[in-house]
Amino acid sequence: MSQPFRLATGGRIDRARPIAFRLDGRSLQGFAGDTLASALLANGIRLVARSFKRHRPRGICSCGPEEPNALLGVERGPGRFDPNSRATLVELVPGLAATSQNRWPSLRHDLGAIMDRAHAFLPAGFYYKTFFRPQGVWERLFEPAIRRMAGLGRAPDRPDPDRYLHRHAHCDLLVVGGGPAGLFAALLAGRAGARVLLCDEQPEPGGGLALAGGRAPGLDGGPAAAWLARILGELARLPEVTLLTRTTAQALHPSRHALLLERVADHRLEPDPRLPRERLWKVRPRAVLLATGRIERPLLFPDNDRPGIFLAGAARAYLARFAVPVGREVVVATTDDLAYAAALELAAAGVRVHAIVDPRPEPGPLARLAEAAGLPVLSGWTVTGSDGRLGLAAARLAPVGPDLRPIAARERTVPCDALLVSGGWTPSVHLLAQAGGRLAWEPECAAFLPAAAPERVAVAGAAAGAGTLAEALAQAAGAVAALLQELGAARPHEPAPAVDEPARAPSLPPWALEAVWRRDPTAAFVDLQNDVTAADLELALREGFHAVEHVKRYTTVGMATDQGKTLGPTALALVAAGTGRDPAELAPTTFRPPWTPLGFGALAGVARGDLFRPIRRTPLHEWAEARGAVFEDVGNWKRPTAFPGPGESLARAAARECRAVRTGVGVADASTLGKIDVQGPDALTFLERIYTVDLAGLAVGRCRYGLVLADDGTLLDDGVVSRLGPCHFQLSTTTGGAARTHAWLERWAQTEWPELRVWITPVTERWAVLAVQGPKARQLLRRAVSDVDLAARAFPHMAWRDARVGSVPVRLFRVSFTGELGFELNVPSSHAADVAETLFRLGPDLQPTPYGLEAMHVLRLEKGYILVGHETDGSITPLDLGLGRLLSTRKGFLGRRSLLLPEHRRPDRPRLVGLLPLDRERVPPPGGQLVADGKDPPSGPSLGHVTSSARSPALDRAIALALVRGDLAEPGRRLRVAAADSEPIPVEIAAPCFLDPEGARLRG
Amino acid sequence: MLLIHCPWCGPREEVEMQCGGEAGAPRPADPMLLDDVAWTTWLRGRRNRKGPQVEAWWHQAGCGRWFLLARDTRDDRVLGSWPIGAAPPPDLGLGDER
Repeated sequence: MSQPFRLATGGRIDRARPIAFRLDGRSLQGFAGDTLASALLANGIRLVARSFKRHRPRGICSCGPEEPNALLGVERGPGRFDPNSRATLVELVPGLAATSQNRWPSLRHDLGAIMDRAHAFLPAGFYYKTFFRPQGVWERLFEPAIRRMAGLGRAPDRPDPDRYLHRHAHCDLLVVGGGPAGLFAALLAGRAGARVLLCDEQPEPGGGLALAGGRAPGLDGGPAAAWLARILGELARLPEVTLLTRTTAQALHPSRHALLLERVADHRLEPDPRLPRERLWKVRPRAVLLATGRIERPLLFPDNDRPGIFLAGAARAYLARFAVPVGREVVVATTDDLAYAAALELAAAGVRVHAIVDPRPEPGPLARLAEAAGLPVLSGWTVTGSDGRLGLAAARLAPVGPDLRPIAARERTVPCDALLVSGGWTPSVHLLAQAGGRLAWEPECAAFLPAAAPERVAVAGAAAGAGTLAEALAQAAGAVAALLQELGAARPHEPAPAVDEPARAPSLPPWALEAVWRRDPTAAFVDLQNDVTAADLELALREGFHAVEHVKRYTTVGMATDQGKTLGPTALALVAAGTGRDPAELAPTTFRPPWTPLGFGALAGVARGDLFRPIRRTPLHEWAEARGAVFEDVGNWKRPTAFPGPGESLARAAARECRAVRTGVGVADASTLGKIDVQGPDALTFLERIYTVDLAGLAVGRCRYGLVLADDGTLLDDGVVSRLGPCHFQLSTTTGGAARTHAWLERWAQTEWPELRVWITPVTERWAVLAVQGPKARQLLRRAVSDVDLAARAFPHMAWRDARVGSVPVRLFRVSFTGELGFELNVPSSHAADVAETLFRLGPDLQPTPYGLEAMHVLRLEKGYILVGHETDGSITPLDLGLGRLLSTRKGFLGRRSLLLPEHRRPDRPRLVGLLPLDRERVPPPGGQLVADGKDPPSGPSLGHVTSSARSPALDRAIALALVRGDLAEPGRRLRVAAADSEPIPVEIAAPCFLDPEGARLRG
Repeated sequence: MLLIHCPWCGPREEVEMQCGGEAGAPRPADPMLLDDVAWTTWLRGRRNRKGPQVEAWWHQAGCGRWFLLARDTRDDRVLGSWPIGAAPPPDLGLGDER
């Protein structure tokens, strides 16, 4: 297995460790240290993808995260499949299997390539213009067909077997980017004693310096590599400096919250099962230095997308790091000096450089070095096109006139297998923009540069527009000194190292050569990944989209997974030129996190499966489980739905449980009800302002049901207030309202009435609650409870007493949410199961029946008791619910004033009513809309909706509660409930209490 | 995620906190004395200022205290925080907010 494009020596790969991998089933070989991209190029493979819309052949063009073309499906074993992986960042490991995407049947013979011929019929906005009618056909017909045809990789179809972890970290200085500027900054800060975290996306630090070859600048009088090694050595010795490689800074949020993604495992030749696959770092640095470097720009010319066209800097990197020359017969087309270094390095490696074309009449000194080395430098020339079928075969070159127009008559076609292009550089300012920094167009760089940074965030090096290494290092030193001073640390005094580098002439931006791309705008790509051409941009402008954000959305330029990293500024400049504006007048499209795509696994971390969210279990959970409970989720709680016997359905079980409560005695776990302890000399004053009912007259030992209103008069929560002592109360809240009500109390106590001496403690988990309900409840409790007189006279409804079950002290509340004689035992949590079992052991003849949530709901529905969140929705007042009797007129309470507003007194406000379906067996669905009676299909405005419904075993019929327009709410009126999948259900309005309206059973 | 400075606990992650919204005028001592317009103006009126705004925050998962905080609504910069009842730190650019 030969690697025809691998040099015999050089590079930082391990030739002693060959690694077998596959592309589309074909066996190939690379070396340890390769990326998938470098290994493919070493094997002479250029064609690796078909483009998104037009299915044009595409190849690797870059060497980093900006890669727009080389997206592959990568499989690293069963279940370990990632679509759309950038081959430039995937490190080669044994057994890696890559598959090309968006082609059928194969990369070389892709039937979808017909789309390229049809591109004239696929202009920008094609889908909007074509598929907007007839209605509905899009979802059923066009969209599925288009999705099959276009799109990127397929999603993994198996659960991810890997582990992902999150780590929180703090540091003085976070340096993003391990290029020379970042390393130097980290060194200075580290020497000053600062705690430094430096992250770099690549496997090895050094940035552009490590990727440049023989023409890298000299530093400190020696080669760059020696300087790098010295710096890395010292950084490793500094105890407070952490250097993270393979770690991408994905986001920088306001208040300097950074998200770093560390790729921990994928690159390991021997997998270590103890390691997570990826680690997401959440860093809170005191200061941030962004040394994120820059990205090279491709040139804009017809057919600028052929496999074999590389960024010049990428060609240097493949040669220096992997000993892979990207071609044997090379043409270089540039508007920037550094491409000459690429030509010189490739020529030194034995590659034939046929021409270096540069439209600038006066390139910098590197060009003269190239000439001196015998390379054919053609100043005042440019590339005008490319030829080839599945890959590059030739470049077209022509001289340009003083107006930069190519002179067609003198065009030459030069056969070549690689074309290196460079249109200058774009500073990577993404993170700064994410964090809220401001950018401004800098005409000299023809790019957006940092103009203002958030507090304690700085940018240095190429990201800040530094054109030379000396400038970059000086910026880094200055920025670190300023940041450390802001942190109050010692200001380091370190001279930047001497740099030996050639001067640079100004480069020419890719869009300067307008006459070149105008020769065929439909093949001059400004977004390689989304297949957007200069012609598409022009069309958008012609159709009136002038704002950059509109053009972006209409043409999808810059919206692919690479987010337009290579050609984004070119697209913006074309929009500016096409609308007669200067780029400085336009703002770049918003930079949003993340910087590069990342998997859901890393974001989720350990929060999957059982750890997806916390599960709350009551102290009686095991007891209920042992009794055969079937559980359901209520918020984070697990609550028993019902306790079905063998072969019994949930519905039958619930009906049986209801009958037991109505005729015997039922026992339920009500521990999830919120409980709040309120104490203090001013506790009564405080609660009087919170609750709608009078509490002043509430004696110690008594309880009262009350409402908690928002100050706008709507119902927040309801519950029972029990007076435990003169200055001591316990409140009960709904299960879902426990946290909300506690927050509400704290807010008023702390913000508006801080003068009140009151202490509020949530005690929900402190007490388990056993509801013992039914006509035989007292009989059962008599056997279990001591130290209390249970007789009705001594212990009336809405009272509480201290008591004991065996040796366990309990609080016994005589309250009922069922309408039956009932008690609720508050038992210290640790004794809950014992007490529950005691009840069952002592009363076999009474047949105590465990009942669940379903029965609870039916029982309270029969009584017309409201359930916050069912009968209320944040807009409902006590007046709507017919609970005016609970509104004190003696005192001020929150919400009272608002209930006097005319809006709350309108006769057509919603009103709580009962519904009796005419067909006793048809249960109207909760949420079902109420419509007028009659035979017509339901139409017109909704008259209200069903809030709760059930089949009542006690009444042997369907019942419901509803909120209906108040002016229609008189009993006896007939309405219908519209049902989604059946005939409307005729109902008759009734009083909302269906059973024992006098409450005789309650007081028994 | 914002870093919120609790006056008692120091800088803490936003997830520990609940924002109680813009801090408005104190609640009228006796709302029943107000006419409908005056009452609803207090109830619903918010400045929704572009710039420094005073908000009430609750350090729910920490010390459990409510406190006041000035935040620039343009860029989410936290300008300062102080206990209920205390005076705001000077020079927060709050203008006539308090």
